[in-house]
Amino acid sequence: MKGSGMKDSGMKSDTRILVFGATSAICHEVLKLYAAQGASFFLVARNHDKLGAVTDDLVARGARVDGSCCYDFNDWEQHEVAVRQGAQNLGAIDIAIVAHGTLPEQAQCESSSAALKACMDDNFTSAAIVAEACAQQLSRQGSGALAVVSSVAGDRGRKSNYAYGAAKAGIDTLLQGLQGRFSGSGVKIVNIKPGMIISPMTAHLKHGAIWATAADIAPDIQKAIASGRKVCYVPGYWRLIMFVIRSLPTTLLAKLPI
Amino acid sequence: MNGSWGGLPIAAADRILERDWRFETLPKLSPTDSVLPYGLGRSYGDSCINSHATQISTRRLNRLIRFDAQQGLLQCEAGITLDEILQVVVPHGWFLPVLPGTRFVTLGGAIANDVHGKNHHHAGSFGCHVQSLTLLRSDGERYRCTPQENAALFAATIGGLGLTGLLVSAEVKLVPVSSDQMEVEDLAFSSVEEFGQLSRDSTEWEYNVSWIDTFARNGQVGRGIFSRARHAHNSGTLKPGRRPRIAVPITPPVSLINKWTVDVFNRAYFARRKQNKGLQYTHYQPYFFPLDGIANWNRIYGRKGFYQYQCVVPRVGGEAVIEALLREVNRSGAASFLTVLKEFGEQRSPGMLSFPRSGLTLAIDFPNRGERTRNLLASFDEIVQSAGGALYPAKDARMPATLFTSGFPRLQEFVSEIDPKFSSTFWRRIQQ
Ligand SMILES: Cc1cc2nc3c(=O)[nH]c(=O)nc-3n(C[C@H](O)[C@H](O)[C@H](O)COP(=O)(O)OP(=O)(O)OC[C@H]3O[C@@H](n4cnc5c(N)ncnc54)[C@H](O)[C@@H]3O)c2cc1C
Ligand SMILES: NC(=O)c1ccc[n+]([C@@H]2O[C@H](COP(=O)([O-])OP(=O)(O)OC[C@H]3O[C@@H](n4cnc5c(N)ncnc54)[C@H](OP(=O)(O)O)[C@@H]3O)[C@@H](O)[C@H]2O)c1
Repeated sequence: MKGSGMKDSGMKSDTRILVFGATSAICHEVLKLYAAQGASFFLVARNHDKLGAVTDDLVARGARVDGSCCYDFNDWEQHEVAVRQGAQNLGAIDIAIVAHGTLPEQAQCESSSAALKACMDDNFTSAAIVAEACAQQLSRQGSGALAVVSSVAGDRGRKSNYAYGAAKAGIDTLLQGLQGRFSGSGVKIVNIKPGMIISPMTAHLKHGAIWATAADIAPDIQKAIASGRKVCYVPGYWRLIMFVIRSLPTTLLAKLPI
Repeated sequence: MNGSWGGLPIAAADRILERDWRFETLPKLSPTDSVLPYGLGRSYGDSCINSHATQISTRRLNRLIRFDAQQGLLQCEAGITLDEILQVVVPHGWFLPVLPGTRFVTLGGAIANDVHGKNHHHAGSFGCHVQSLTLLRSDGERYRCTPQENAALFAATIGGLGLTGLLVSAEVKLVPVSSDQMEVEDLAFSSVEEFGQLSRDSTEWEYNVSWIDTFARNGQVGRGIFSRARHAHNSGTLKPGRRPRIAVPITPPVSLINKWTVDVFNRAYFARRKQNKGLQYTHYQPYFFPLDGIANWNRIYGRKGFYQYQCVVPRVGGEAVIEALLREVNRSGAASFLTVLKEFGEQRSPGMLSFPRSGLTLAIDFPNRGERTRNLLASFDEIVQSAGGALYPAKDARMPATLFTSGFPRLQEFVSEIDPKFSSTFWRRIQQ
């Protein structure tokens, strides 16, 4: 038995999406929106069990999953293979999303070189290599959008988390360069800058009024990708907050507990 | 948030742990610690709280596992909300078989309280539609439970107040709909007796519920609006609703609900609804969840919070009991903002501690004025207990153990299925 109604929320699409960091909470919320429109995915993540749970969810929501692979993203030689496999399985890539990252304790990054290196590896080196590999594929196609999740933390070095901030600022700069390189072409480079978002990454922090949920910001991210926006603060009010923080004199910033 | 909806002063848990993935294990507990699953805290009292111990927040266990859009079978992780489920299934022409008055409850919470809706007389309670569930217990095992497999654990977990283990996932049978619209008719009644007559005359309607004007005086006690509804077959649209926007941003120091505001509200409400407008059409969301439009409305009761009192009394003689309760409210001069009356049908769920049963159910809420409010509620207890009724644990923060024991005859059977490491403030209170 089946209700007589037809699916009428949003049109069916056959968008082909390659995803790095598919098990991230923020990313998953965005993928849910595409899944409801019938998108096809090639999913890349680190943890097999988590990826299984995300895959089940996306399929149940109406997506097609045309393959996946699991490895640690610091295993940098795998990225090109994964991109090629994704492009092959999907036919071509309309959207590539890069969403993985880790939020280390700043104090630890100061006292432990290993922690600092891990922060740079997880948030900069791996993301840079993935982004380049995706850009190469989009360049070959001459079309498609690459969306990378950086962070408002990259907008200004602050004593409370400059290690993470520096890695994200590196991604920022890389994306600016890519935007220059692909300017005027069919390839769009989208820099997503989340503010403070409730997710497993921030579960240990105290959540106040400026926090948003991953579900809150997902529609804005999808819109930014659709329109090829160069920089997208989510939620939008972070654009203003970061404008203020970037404008603060260094001496004043140093006195603030942020 | 990790408290309960009534905002009463109930000691919090020592730690709240999140579970992000369904394959994760239960936390390690010290020999003196205990654990309680926590959904969205839409229970009003202490049944979703484990004071000075551990709670597990399930909100991240909100993934779909399998959706059979042909058969209308949906398997999900237990922390998904009914809102999230409706968003997915409505566009495919499916609907949840039972909905409480808010869509912001989790699947696990809906099962653990065996929640009921306005269609109890047609569909029974939520537990009647659960096909299977997976329970993670403190022995480290996962138990798949159905009416056949691990049947006792299945029956104990439906309405089991989170005490039989952590619900990890469940499968629910959906019902087909052809429109997102409801066909609604409101009728005024002037006494509980008239309510009873309307209720008997309206059994054909899928959804029946009534609002009582607790501010009506003397001869008018028991007047109200009977609202009956069914899914419309009129239009082809199948759009799920939107998320709420308006919020009550701060908790006022004192309750904004008092005699005067309630009086004004009730007069306005009744004046508006009383004119018989015949059949009205409305989207399902405002029909099922009128209060969800205002996020955190519970905060208007101020810092001391409020009590909700929901009882069920047997059909036979039930109208007189309800009238006695309403007279008691009236005599006390207490203000109840929302008073809801409904007739439950015969269908019982498998749940051992299931609250819904054939009879009349009345829900009343009162701002917490301390001793005064508790004495009033104690006077209700006497009426309910001598009528052979029961109180709803999801709404309770104070019922005496004797009333719980007399209201839930399968209690002993239930106790043997409890997980030894699971407990709640409600459970400890009721055992004293
Ligand atoms: C405005 C409003 C209207 C309401 N209307 C109705 C109504 O019409 N009918 C009705 O029946 N109820 C109604 N309720 C009550 C509400 O439906 C129940 O209290 C429901 O159980 C709340 O779900 P929750 O997810 O918030 O669970 P919580 O309140 O957080 O927890 C409820 C119980 O479920 C247990 N639990 C939660 N998750 C799990 C899990 N994963 N595994 C095992 N146990 C778990 C908890 O331990 C606790 O015992 C209403 C509540 C509100 C606020
Ligand atoms: N939450 C915020 O407030 C916030 C703010 C600004 C920016 N961001 C950024 O948003 C993105 C998503 O974060 P989130 O909030 O969704 O947190 P999340 O749920 O914890 O997601 C982070 C994801 O990154 C993956 N990951 C980390 N290191 C990896 C590695 N070496 N190899 C492969 N995968 C790796 C994690 O995989 P495992 O699950 O296997 O560990 C996880 O899936 C990140 O880039 C983060 O920096 C978040």
